[in-house]
Amino acid sequence: MTAGVPAGSPARAGRSLPWTVRLERRLEVPRWLPFATTLGAVAVALLLSGLVLWVAGGDPIAIFGHILRSSFGSLGVLSDTLVKATPLILTGLACALAFRMRLWNIGAEGQFLMGAWGASAIVLFPVVPDGTPAIVTIPLMMAAGMAAGALYGAIPGVLRAVRGVNEIIVTLMLNYVAALWIAFWVFGPWSEGGFQLSRAFPPEAWLPRLSDAADVVPALSGLTVHLGLAFGLVAAVLVHFLLFRSRRGYEIRLIGDSPRAARYAGVNVARTTVIVFAMSGALAGLAGMSEVAGVVHRLQQAISPGYGFTAIIVAYIAKLHPYGVVVAAIAFGALILAGREIQPSGIPAMIQGIILFSLIASEALLRYRIRVVRRVA
Amino acid sequence: MIAAPDAPLPTPDAAAVPAVELRGIVKRFPGVVANDGVDFDLRVGEIHALLGENGAGKSTLMNVLDGLYRPDAGEIRVLGRAVEFRSPRDAIAAGLGMVHQHFALVPTQTVTENVLLGLARPRLRLDLRHFDEEVADLARRHGLAVDPRARVWQLSVGEQQRVEILKMLYRGARILILDEPTAVLAPQEAADLFRTLRAMVAGGSSVVFISHKLGEVGQIADRVTVMRRGRVTAAGVATRTTTPAGLARLMVGREVVEAIERSPFAPGPVVLRLRDVAAESDRGLPALRGVSLEVRAGEILGVAGVAGNGQSELAQVMTGLRRCTAGSIVVDGGEVGNRAPREAIGRRVAHVPEDRTGVGTAPDLSVADNLIMKSYREPPVARRWSIDRGAVRRFANRLREAYAIAAPSVETEARLLSGGNLQRLILAREIASEPRLMVAVQPTRGLDVGAIATVHRLLLDQRAAGAATLLISEDLDEILALADRVAVIYEGRIVGLFDAAAADVATIGLLMTGGSATPAAAPGDAGRSVP
Ligand SMILES: Nc1ncnc2c1ncn2[C@@H]1O[C@H](COP(=O)(O)OP(=O)(O)OP(=O)(O)O)[C@@H](O)[C@H]1O
Ligand SMILES: [Mg+2]
Repeated sequence: MTAGVPAGSPARAGRSLPWTVRLERRLEVPRWLPFATTLGAVAVALLLSGLVLWVAGGDPIAIFGHILRSSFGSLGVLSDTLVKATPLILTGLACALAFRMRLWNIGAEGQFLMGAWGASAIVLFPVVPDGTPAIVTIPLMMAAGMAAGALYGAIPGVLRAVRGVNEIIVTLMLNYVAALWIAFWVFGPWSEGGFQLSRAFPPEAWLPRLSDAADVVPALSGLTVHLGLAFGLVAAVLVHFLLFRSRRGYEIRLIGDSPRAARYAGVNVARTTVIVFAMSGALAGLAGMSEVAGVVHRLQQAISPGYGFTAIIVAYIAKLHPYGVVVAAIAFGALILAGREIQPSGIPAMIQGIILFSLIASEALLRYRIRVVRRVA
Repeated sequence: MIAAPDAPLPTPDAAAVPAVELRGIVKRFPGVVANDGVDFDLRVGEIHALLGENGAGKSTLMNVLDGLYRPDAGEIRVLGRAVEFRSPRDAIAAGLGMVHQHFALVPTQTVTENVLLGLARPRLRLDLRHFDEEVADLARRHGLAVDPRARVWQLSVGEQQRVEILKMLYRGARILILDEPTAVLAPQEAADLFRTLRAMVAGGSSVVFISHKLGEVGQIADRVTVMRRGRVTAAGVATRTTTPAGLARLMVGREVVEAIERSPFAPGPVVLRLRDVAAESDRGLPALRGVSLEVRAGEILGVAGVAGNGQSELAQVMTGLRRCTAGSIVVDGGEVGNRAPREAIGRRVAHVPEDRTGVGTAPDLSVADNLIMKSYREPPVARRWSIDRGAVRRFANRLREAYAIAAPSVETEARLLSGGNLQRLILAREIASEPRLMVAVQPTRGLDVGAIATVHRLLLDQRAAGAATLLISEDLDEILALADRVAVIYEGRIVGLFDAAAADVATIGLLMTGGSATPAAAPGDAGRSVP
């Protein structure tokens, strides 16, 4: 029976101990357990990171304190944290949505880049002349960013649906293609004076920031939070509604649990695959649009420090729950921001890595329970 | 330690010590007490049947014994020794092995590889041939015909079950627990299994046998224990002193009368018409070779046959789950063959599939989500493209009550239901869709006697309401009790078609196994034997 766990070895190894540790298959998973293990895993990860910092001669408490202060310590840094969280919320939602259907879209990075490119095309081609009011330009950029991301996401979707091609490989490879595509445009047609970046967008193509209202409310000055955050929050609500309150979401969850049962229920699995990939790509594309229009204000090569990859961790921590994605994205936004503040800046990356490993390890706790058993003679 | 039995052989005085003693077992799940102070004895060298309604707690009790669940209270003795198994691995080390309702084999591996899976030996898979012989030898000794080199996906369900039993025997099991082993077997396969079990107990092994088939309990078991709602209502009664009707009374606490009252046969227009339908099996071999059938409104057509003669494929082509390579399938004037499953659903074709955990339900979704699988596109469950959660809850609760699906709530995950309750869930959903055509494959598999009577009544009610029903079953008694006409399927062909009233069991039995009917035995107009 496969439920048997190789539990014998530790028992045999530690013959001298009066007790032994065994793994037992868990058949009943209480509802609270997934949340508890996630929190526990993050706590363990922080402890481990603290240990590493301490061994390396640092003062973990001071460092964590510094991370907290430099990401949540004041209105200004909190705003910066939220700016970093914005693309993570959108790409995290993109991953969570696809993962719900067990479509392993690890191409959010590429879809993000294509979204950024599509939005930039509106002002750089230009589709609309400079001076077109924001009320026209911004929605057009949103639509173009989402469309570009959706089309790019649909490629692995179609390949998977029609030919059964493994989407992991395809999405992974397409990330490189997207990066080269951006490089081509910023080196070539859109290069400004031979530099590897485009000209700056006209102000009508900038997403409004809180600081824009500083002349009315002085306290807002310097706050860089832009409209993209609202996109993220609205998207979280919409994805939640989609998954748990809509027919399509029901189909997605059905396929995610049992593709054969879904087919039996009359769900068009191939079509849903393409649609979900496109929706996932559109979310990531919107993230790219929000980043170029809200933060960078031009297209250049380095617009993403790997948001699309961090998004995988974010979705994972959130247990694929849309609101969880928002919380996890803000936490990771803080870590990214802290990376700027802390020397060496590898520390937050290390913490991220340790968190991911703890999370994956903690999955085992959902399926097995650990028992310390007294040895009987 | 592997092939050699670990448990001591029973000596004459050891026979007095029971193979298994369960005392005061309590097992609670959220919202249910599955076992409520259960006592159970298994003597060495006996076959002991465990009976009870769906959800009575039989599987739970045996899972506790096997170390899969830990009891909340109670004690377990195996051959007189108190034990506390923490996993099935511990249980098998003590000579106790269980074959579950749903198998756990690796389809892409060979029989031998499956038997060896999880064992310390062989470390490197160098000399599999030697193990093939060992497995073949073990199989021969126990009359479990199976080719050790065959891959599991190529095996019939009956053969897969033999592999599961071989796994346990290879690990030296002397106490065997079989959870509804015959639910998936054809009568002939069941007879083979019984022969094996008898030989095993004659050699000093002991067997616990869970079943809903009262007839076979009397046939194979020495004693029987009956459970009801987590408690024992009859402990270790000798089967010599019982009758099927008496057992049924002990199970459900009242008289079970299967009085099938059928309205007169008044067939309406043709609902389903199959013309020369051909299809291939998963292995790419011809499974249907030119099947032509008609089912009318208000009619139940029974398809009798030994498992593996194309029945599964027949149900699948009609519901769009399998391609047909030739022929046409028309429901209510519209073609459904080689169309998306949605087409058949739209034409109100209901389908009770053979595989209830893999196809019929999504195990990790809730009971409510499983109940709306066929109705989530229409009001009241759907409001345009959104789903009305309140309506879902009301709909699910209504079905849960009407079909007596035992589950703590409709939010419970489907995988936590007992086998029979899962089957009820599927039936509730399919019947609630008010079908024009019902394709029912083994609809009463795994149901207790009371529930079987209920399902039979429901099928007849539908017939009276004008639905066409295609009843695919290996249980000839069931077919003869319900069907208006009987078609016999053999190797993908319809080899006989009879009026149920005039059908001769012996002839049908002969046709099912590939014999030919004499013209005299195929009477009546509808009874023309189709070549
Ligand atoms: N892991 C579980 N978690 C929660 N409830 C469970 C679990 N396993 C079983 N149950 C519940 O315990 C009760 C007894 O279930 P069990 O599977 O033992 O029934 P059974 O007698 O084998 O029925 P059947 O004849 O239908 O197979 C049922 O109400 C079932 O829903
Ligand atoms: Mg059971």
